[in-house]
Amino acid sequence: MKISFPGFRTRSCGTLLLTECSAGVRNVGCSFSCSGCVSACTLVSFSTVLGCHPCFRLNMFSKGTKRKFSDGDEELSDESLVGARVASSYSLQRQSLLDMSLIKLQLCHMLVEPNLCRSVLIANTVRQIQEEMTHDGSWHMVTEAFCGTGQSPSERLVATEVLCRSREQDAEPKLFSVISYEGCREEEVVADETLCSVSVSETVSNVCLAGRIGQCWEKSELSDVERDEEALEDSRLGSGEDEEIDTEDGASTEGPKTIGQVFGTFEIKNGSPGPDSALEELFSDVDTSYYDLDTMLTGMQSAPKMGPYDLLDSLAPSHSSPSIVSPPNCRSDLNELDHIMEIIVGS
Amino acid sequence: MIMNGRKITVGGGERRLSGGAEKSELFILREWQLMLCLYLFKCTESDIISTVEFNSTGELLATGDKGGRVVVFQREQESKNQPHRRGEYNVYSTFQSHEPEFDYLKNKTVKLWKISERDKRPEGYNLKDEDGRIRDPATITSLRVPVLRPMDLMVEATPRRVFSNAHTYHINSISVNSDYETFMSTDDLRINLWNLEITNRSFNIVDIKPANMEELTEVITAAEFHPHQCNTFVYSSSKGSIRLCDMRASALCDNHSKFFEEPEDPSNRSFFSEIISSISDVKFSHSGRYLMTRDYLTVKVWDLNMESKPLETYQVHDYLRSKLCSLYENDCIFDKFECVWNGSDSVIMTGSYNNFFRMFDRNTKRDVTLEASRENSKPRAILKPRKVCVGGKRRKDEISVDSLDFSKKILHTAWHPYENIIAVAATNNLYIFQDKCRAG
Repeated sequence: MKISFPGFRTRSCGTLLLTECSAGVRNVGCSFSCSGCVSACTLVSFSTVLGCHPCFRLNMFSKGTKRKFSDGDEELSDESLVGARVASSYSLQRQSLLDMSLIKLQLCHMLVEPNLCRSVLIANTVRQIQEEMTHDGSWHMVTEAFCGTGQSPSERLVATEVLCRSREQDAEPKLFSVISYEGCREEEVVADETLCSVSVSETVSNVCLAGRIGQCWEKSELSDVERDEEALEDSRLGSGEDEEIDTEDGASTEGPKTIGQVFGTFEIKNGSPGPDSALEELFSDVDTSYYDLDTMLTGMQSAPKMGPYDLLDSLAPSHSSPSIVSPPNCRSDLNELDHIMEIIVGS
Repeated sequence: MIMNGRKITVGGGERRLSGGAEKSELFILREWQLMLCLYLFKCTESDIISTVEFNSTGELLATGDKGGRVVVFQREQESKNQPHRRGEYNVYSTFQSHEPEFDYLKNKTVKLWKISERDKRPEGYNLKDEDGRIRDPATITSLRVPVLRPMDLMVEATPRRVFSNAHTYHINSISVNSDYETFMSTDDLRINLWNLEITNRSFNIVDIKPANMEELTEVITAAEFHPHQCNTFVYSSSKGSIRLCDMRASALCDNHSKFFEEPEDPSNRSFFSEIISSISDVKFSHSGRYLMTRDYLTVKVWDLNMESKPLETYQVHDYLRSKLCSLYENDCIFDKFECVWNGSDSVIMTGSYNNFFRMFDRNTKRDVTLEASRENSKPRAILKPRKVCVGGKRRKDEISVDSLDFSKKILHTAWHPYENIIAVAATNNLYIFQDKCRAG
C-alpha cells in the first residue's frame, strides 16, 4: 500500500473508530496526541473498565472459577463471586486490548510517519494475547462468536459508537482539535462501506484467522514475498507503484490484511528519483481533498514557509544571511501542483 | 547527526564522538542556568527537532528538525570586555539538508555537509563586471589581477557527499567510526557500512530481515561504534537485547560476539513487558568500558564484560508503570527517548514527559528532575528541581502524575564533551543550559 495518505474520508472514519472515551482514562487526565499522528488521535478507550487498572498480570486470577450458589457456605461463594468478577473483568480488559491492538495494526498506514518497530511490537502483543487465550480455552469461544453470526461485528461497532457518543455530553474539553473527527457523522460511520464495516470485519476475520496463524495466510505469503522482492528490484517508481496500489487495494477488500502485508507497507520502494518520476508520483494519486487536508494539517503552504530559523537569520549578529544551498524541492513541487491545479480548474 | 570539526554527517539519528575527560564532581547539586532558548513560533510537524549534537570540541552545536533543516550554533570566544557573556551560543549557519518528508519515501539518504566560512571575495575580474555580467572582450584593453577584499562573513554549507539508495527502511541511526574513515547507517532490519569517500557503495554488515516477513518479531532500534575500537560496534533491538559485534570476525556480522540481555522479572510481567523493554537508544561511555541503554521506563548501564545483567539501573519515571495501558492507547509507549553521558561518564541524562529531563549521578546515586519550559525561561534563570508526586499528599511544588502533559516530551538531549553545558530539545524548542558556577 502506498505510504501517501489515503483519501480524506478514510482517515476521518478511521479516527472516529478510535473515538474519545475519557471515562476509562480519567486517572491520567492529560492531553496528548499519538506520537507522529498529525491528525491528533485523541485518547482511546474501548471499555470503561480499561484505563483505571494496572497492567495486566498473568496468572493473577484463578481460572475457571464459577459462581457457587450453595446455600451453606456464604463466605466461599462471596470469594468465588469476586474471583469470577475479577476474572471476567480481566477477560474484558484482555479482549479490549486485543481489539485495540488489531485496529492499531490495521490503521498503521495512517500514521504520519510509518513505524515498523511499532507495528512489530503491536503484532507481538497480539500474539501474546492470542497465545494466552488459546491456553485459556477462551480463544475458541471468541472465534466462534465472531465467525458465526454476522451480527456481532456491527453490534460491536454500534456498541463502541454508542459508548463514545454518550461520553460527548460530558466530555472534557478537547485539547487538540481533531479536524477529521468533527467532520464525521454517525451515519457515515455505519454506512461507510469502504472502511468502517470492512475494517471491523477485517478485524474480526483477523481475530478468526489469527488463531490459525500460518494456515490462512499461506496463500498470500508467497505472493507477499514475491511482491516485496519485486518492489526492491523494481527501479521504476511510477508503474511499479500503480501495480502495488491495485493489487493491495484488491487484497484489502478481498480478505484480511496479513501481518506480512502490514510490514510490507514500511518498505521504501527504491526508484530512480528523476524529475519525471517525481511528477508522475505527484499525479498518480492527486486528490484535491487530500491536498487540502494535508496542507491544513501540516501547515505547509505553497508560499515559502516562514519558520523560526528564518527569523533567526535576521537576528544572527555577525553573519549575513546564510545561503541555503539545496532548493527545497518539495516546495517547488507544491508550487507546481498548485499551478497545475489552477490550470485544470481554470481559475 | 555527527559533527566532526566542520563536517556534519546528517542522516537519521544522533551519535556522539568521544570527548575529553573531566574529573568527577558532585555536580548534581550544581545549578543549571539557561543560556539560550530557541522558540519556534509555528508548531508544525516539520519543526519538531529530531536531533541535537555537539561537535567534538563543544564549540559547535547542531540541531536538525523533521523538515530537514539544520541549524548550527557556535560558541562565542571568551572576551575580556564582556566577561558576563562568556561563551554564549549564537546561530552560525542554517541550511536545508533534506526535503521535508511529505510521504517519507526519501528518508533513506545520508548527506555529509561541509560548512565553510568565507570572509573574502575576489574583485576585479577581467571578463566579468562587478555585477557578474560578462564583458565584451572587445572592450577590454588592459589586464588586472583580481584581488581579495574582505567582506561580511558568509557561512556556507555545501553537500560533499550523498550516500543513498542503500536502505529499504527508515534510517534510525548513524555512527561515525573512530577511524574517521567509515560510518554505519542503521535501519529497522539492516546495518550498512560506508566509506566516507565512497558514496555509491556500501557493505551490509547486519541483516535480520527474515525470508518471510510474517516471521518478523524483532527489529533493530539503534547502533553505535565503539569510541576507540574501530572494529567493534553494538546494536540494540526491540526485544531489549544488545549485541556487540566484531567486524573482524566475519563480513556479515549476524553472529554477535557478546549478547547483553537482562532476564525478565516475573513479578512485573504484563502484556506490555516486551514493549517497555524495547531499547530506544544505546550509547557507549566515553571511556569505552560501559554501555548505556534506554528503554521506556529505565536507563541501564552495562559493563562490557558482563552480559548477564546491567551494572546499574535507574528509574526514569516508574510512576508510569501503572499507566501503561493508557500510554499504549495513545501511542506514547512507543516514544523513543535518547540518553547521554557527560564528559567524565559520571552522570547520565535522559528525557521524560511534561518537558522534564532527568540526571543521574552514578557515583552518589543521586538524581534530579529538571524542566525545560518557557514559563521558567527568563534569561539566566536557574532551574529548580522538580518532583512528581506519586501518591498521597501532594506537596506545594510537586506535580501529580495525572497532571503530566504527555504531549511535551523531551526525546533528544546532548551534553558538551567536557563542560557542564547541555542542550535539550523540547518538541520545537531548543534550550541550552550551563552550570552556573562555571559561568561566574
